[in-house]
Amino acid sequence: MNTNLSTDKKVKIKVIREKQKMDFTTILIYIGLFLLALLCFLPFYIMMINATHNNASIAQNFNLLPGGRAIANYTTMSARVNIWTGFRNSLIVSGGGTALLAYFGTMASYGFSKFKFPGNKALFWVVLCTMMVPPQLGIIGFYNVIVKLNLMNNLLALIIPMIASAQFVFFVRQYMDGTLHKSILESARIDGASELRIFNKIVLPLSLPAIATMGMFNFIFSWNQLLIPQIVLRRTNVRTVPIIVANARGIYQTDYAPAYMAISLSVIPVMIAFVFFSKHIIGGITAGAVKG
Amino acid sequence: MFKSVFKNDKYAHYGYIFILPFFIVMAVFMVYPILNTFYLSLTSWDGGVSSPDFIGFKNYGRVLEDIRTGGIFLKSIGNTWIMWILNVIPQFFLALALAVLLTSKSFKGKEFFRAVFYLPNLITMASVGALFLFLLDYPGGSINNLLIRYNFRDEPFNFLQSVWASRLSISTLLTWMWFGYTMIIFMAGIKSIPEEYFEAATVDGASKWKAFMNITLPLLRPIMIYQVVTSVIGGLSMYDLVQVLTQGRGGPMNSTTTMVMQVYRQAFTNNNFGYSSALAIALFIHIFIVVFIAIKVIKPHQVD
Repeated sequence: MNTNLSTDKKVKIKVIREKQKMDFTTILIYIGLFLLALLCFLPFYIMMINATHNNASIAQNFNLLPGGRAIANYTTMSARVNIWTGFRNSLIVSGGGTALLAYFGTMASYGFSKFKFPGNKALFWVVLCTMMVPPQLGIIGFYNVIVKLNLMNNLLALIIPMIASAQFVFFVRQYMDGTLHKSILESARIDGASELRIFNKIVLPLSLPAIATMGMFNFIFSWNQLLIPQIVLRRTNVRTVPIIVANARGIYQTDYAPAYMAISLSVIPVMIAFVFFSKHIIGGITAGAVKG
Repeated sequence: MFKSVFKNDKYAHYGYIFILPFFIVMAVFMVYPILNTFYLSLTSWDGGVSSPDFIGFKNYGRVLEDIRTGGIFLKSIGNTWIMWILNVIPQFFLALALAVLLTSKSFKGKEFFRAVFYLPNLITMASVGALFLFLLDYPGGSINNLLIRYNFRDEPFNFLQSVWASRLSISTLLTWMWFGYTMIIFMAGIKSIPEEYFEAATVDGASKWKAFMNITLPLLRPIMIYQVVTSVIGGLSMYDLVQVLTQGRGGPMNSTTTMVMQVYRQAFTNNNFGYSSALAIALFIHIFIVVFIAIKVIKPHQVD
């Protein structure tokens, strides 16, 4: 390094040098990244393409262009599995559970955030501890509880437990600590509003951004679940989409075409949701992690 | 910030009412099941209407016997670790390299790549498992057709019938599903490093590699610890993908059976709910020890 040059000049020279050698490396890097991006999408592409071909074509060729058998495959698929019942069940579970969580989870966050009752810290610590426990640990006990409560093959067995999301309470409480001002609550009290009314009319709407972020996450998490639904939903008519898809091989054996159709139908809604919400979803991941 | 406002005021007790529904659900569906699993591990129970018989620590004796004689549970511990390690090493390297690249200022198209790399993680794992069960099929699966069509192989290969090919397939799929997620976490970590550090390094004439080794890597350490810990908890309780991809068999010859699969199988296939509970507790102790060691080992080396 030439010590006579001022730092300013040094930086400038460095920048110019880097610009010159960038072009070639940059192109290579972008090619690599595009290949990786292709790799992320290709399996889903092949899946959808295969859903439009017949068995023989799938088994003998590697197809990259759509065929004309989509409707025929859909008919064969529907004859053996009603995937729409699965969608209905999944929607009831994830939608209902998320709604309950949005209400009662926010309620708990509010309780922790704005009320200094004895034991607040200790109880919140208990909530944090449950975040560390893998959900698979208590499955046998969970099964036992569901049997005792007579909730086997009942979607409520998956909906109600969604309220106990420690992540939700942790995140929404933090949001309230920073944004929900005591003056608003106090003036509402002076106006004679009841505590529940304050919660419903003021706290809930003001916390909506945080509720939406965490609600979306819990919805996706619930939508993708397999193990717990497998344990409590044994009957065919209450099965959620992941349970149906997990059984695709057993149902269709080497009947490739309808199987690909079933799997495609299970994946496409998630993909469509991702196209619209990808920014929020990715933003939410980082919000949870950096603080942890 | 506003927490202390209502200290000692007459409204404080309303807090109990607000947290009550949450705690009832948590107690009934989360805490009680864990305690109950511990109790059931001391019993013999077939999961039916008959009540569990208390048998003391016999189930734990059986777990130890399995481990001593190299039974399926011991095997499942090994399988889970092998598949997790083979997935996590490439996953972390790839995620770190991509995170550095995508956070660099001159980089264009960050949001597009970030979204596409994350896509495999968002898709239901059961669907991914089912999809690859068909794609990897023998002899007519699409991956075999691809390899033959472009002359990578002459004969189709039976991926899911060879011990190491099936393990490697699962690890590769896990890397594929998780590198985007890990990358996003690392990107957030890099972005939280003050810009001035890098500017100062550039002014001092440090190369990009040096800046990475001396600034990015040490300051990323807390995030990496977090990522290792969450990944090991998730990895050791691996279930969905393997369960679907091997149709619940953990084949070939239990060389891909994971610990949670063994817990599930003992209870819901073999009706040994007591023994299954003991396995679940053993799994928990295992995870607890590993996380404890991980935190202890990584922390002392932390750069002030």
